[in-house]
Amino acid sequence: MYSYSEFDTAFLAERNAQFRAQVERRIAGNLTEDEFKPLRLMNGLYLQLHAYMLRVAIPYGTLNGAKMRKLAEIAERWDKGYGHFTTRQNIQYNWPELRDVPDMLDALAEVGMHAIQTSGNTIRNVTADHFAGAAADEIADPRPVAELLRQWSTDHPEFQFMPRKFKIAITGSPNDRAVTKAHDIGIRMVERDGQRGYEIIVGGGLGRTPMIGKVINDFLPEADLLPYLEAVVSVWNQIGRRDNKYKARIKITVHEHGIDEIRRLVAERFIETRKTFTGVDQHMLREIEGHFAPPAFVQADTRPYTDALQHYPAFRAWTDTNVTPHRDPDHAIVTISLKKHGATPGDASAAQMRLIAELAETYGYDEIRISHEQNVILPHVHKASLPSIYSALRVEGLATANVGLISDIIACPGMDYCALATARSIPIAQEIATAFDDLKREHEIGPLKIKISGCINACGHHHVGHIGILGLDRAGVENYQITLGGDHTETAKVGDRVGPGFSAADIVPAVERIVDTYLDLRTDENEPFIDTYKRTGMAPFKAALYPETKVAAE
Amino acid sequence: MPKAFTPKVVTANDLLKGDVIYQTATGWTRRLDEAEMLTDEADADLRLIEASQQTDVVVGAYLMDVATDGGTARPTHFRETFRATGPSNYAHGKQVELH
Repeated sequence: MYSYSEFDTAFLAERNAQFRAQVERRIAGNLTEDEFKPLRLMNGLYLQLHAYMLRVAIPYGTLNGAKMRKLAEIAERWDKGYGHFTTRQNIQYNWPELRDVPDMLDALAEVGMHAIQTSGNTIRNVTADHFAGAAADEIADPRPVAELLRQWSTDHPEFQFMPRKFKIAITGSPNDRAVTKAHDIGIRMVERDGQRGYEIIVGGGLGRTPMIGKVINDFLPEADLLPYLEAVVSVWNQIGRRDNKYKARIKITVHEHGIDEIRRLVAERFIETRKTFTGVDQHMLREIEGHFAPPAFVQADTRPYTDALQHYPAFRAWTDTNVTPHRDPDHAIVTISLKKHGATPGDASAAQMRLIAELAETYGYDEIRISHEQNVILPHVHKASLPSIYSALRVEGLATANVGLISDIIACPGMDYCALATARSIPIAQEIATAFDDLKREHEIGPLKIKISGCINACGHHHVGHIGILGLDRAGVENYQITLGGDHTETAKVGDRVGPGFSAADIVPAVERIVDTYLDLRTDENEPFIDTYKRTGMAPFKAALYPETKVAAE
Repeated sequence: MPKAFTPKVVTANDLLKGDVIYQTATGWTRRLDEAEMLTDEADADLRLIEASQQTDVVVGAYLMDVATDGGTARPTHFRETFRATGPSNYAHGKQVELH
């Protein structure tokens, strides 16, 4: 993985010293909250419902053992002993005190981590496929490009005060696990006539106005990436709406001007930006690629794995859901579920983080990834090590065999933590997971993605959930709207709203009715929920959710 | 017709700790049941101004609606209930710290 150069280390030290001085001035009363707020946000520090929250960047979701151990240490020393992994592959600490934050940032810097540009109207942490570098279907590892983008966008002088925040995601696989079509810019690595290039998608996003991104360039030569992206952001920075926060994202700019006009403006601007890139970026990319060379995969007998599959049904069930094929046939990708039934999705205790670090160091070439689905990945594991990993995970409550199933729910922090939330999301996720676990039905139900947001900002990606749940405040009462048929992959689609919302007490039974309807309708157990929904449409689900409407219509 | 005034409490977040605090007659408390209940609109506006001026102590002071239960304040909106008690996913906020 990328390790900091002297320049990176010095830059971070300077930034941290600057922020420490700003915190001191705030505490001394020399800065007002209005003056301090933009400064703290630039360093990832929010003030939430119950406390400050520090959002730490995990660039493109990549960690190693040392970084994970440091995250555990910070959780124990300055927080309540846990951290929360987010849908942007970051980690959030929910309980820091203002005075401690500079020390937390210094501790992060010791392992080359920071909280810069995890908030504010800047280019945010670049996200990537969580199976990057390991996936069997990959054209190339997208992380070197993601790192190049991190370096380009960090403190970029033109892009510090933009109309709104800006999010970039990248995938190197045709099967999109990085939700590229729901980002301001989505980058897909593609091949044409033996040449590698990029498909550039712009104007995707969720939030109050969900939009699926549009292709602005279907094949951008590798060397043109940075000048082209600079042209895109630059055009939007000039014509994006600054008069209305809710119309400021690039998705609205693309919608209002049309993709053809934006393409024309970008092409025009690109003529200028192209001249300013002398090729040094490509030289840097080659250097960065050296940091991401794949490990030397060991060769070993896979018999311990095949034996365990035969003798231990629980291990077999775990491999069925939590283990994915690796590009090396003797290796596997392990997804560690942070979705134990009844637990808070995405939370990991310090002890759990340390175990993950140890497993990565012992069995996984010291590589760890965080997924936007709020799970942790060991991307390279020899199959012979899988039984040992499974046994170790069980001890810390990390061996839940539910990845991709109904209890593997994305949930934003919601009103349990977030100052913007209009309703809670975590308890709804807890209740759904527990209800289906009690009935031992989730393996029978099969692949099904539930995504829950506690407000229209859609951090929980509800628009692209097979079942999406949006929590709202309706006249002082929590109310939950359901959407069906959303898709976060390369065939991305915004889900369809079924009808009036449900109360907190009624939302879990409503989900159960949706699932029962699916089980009745599916052709056989090989037809997943999303395919059944595509085949039947919304009508049977709507009838199950609102039987009184059906009676009235008859 | 103007909306009738309902009882209020001044609430904010503590500058250093970031946690939820409520104004009392003489300072600030972390317990809603110790907060100063404001039943007069002009008085409430004045107390909010006073709170907002304490920029080196509190952040984001505002008036929250409360109901009265035997002379002590109770939240009328679920958001304020969570602010007063802590996260509901499991007990690890105010509900633990205040007991």
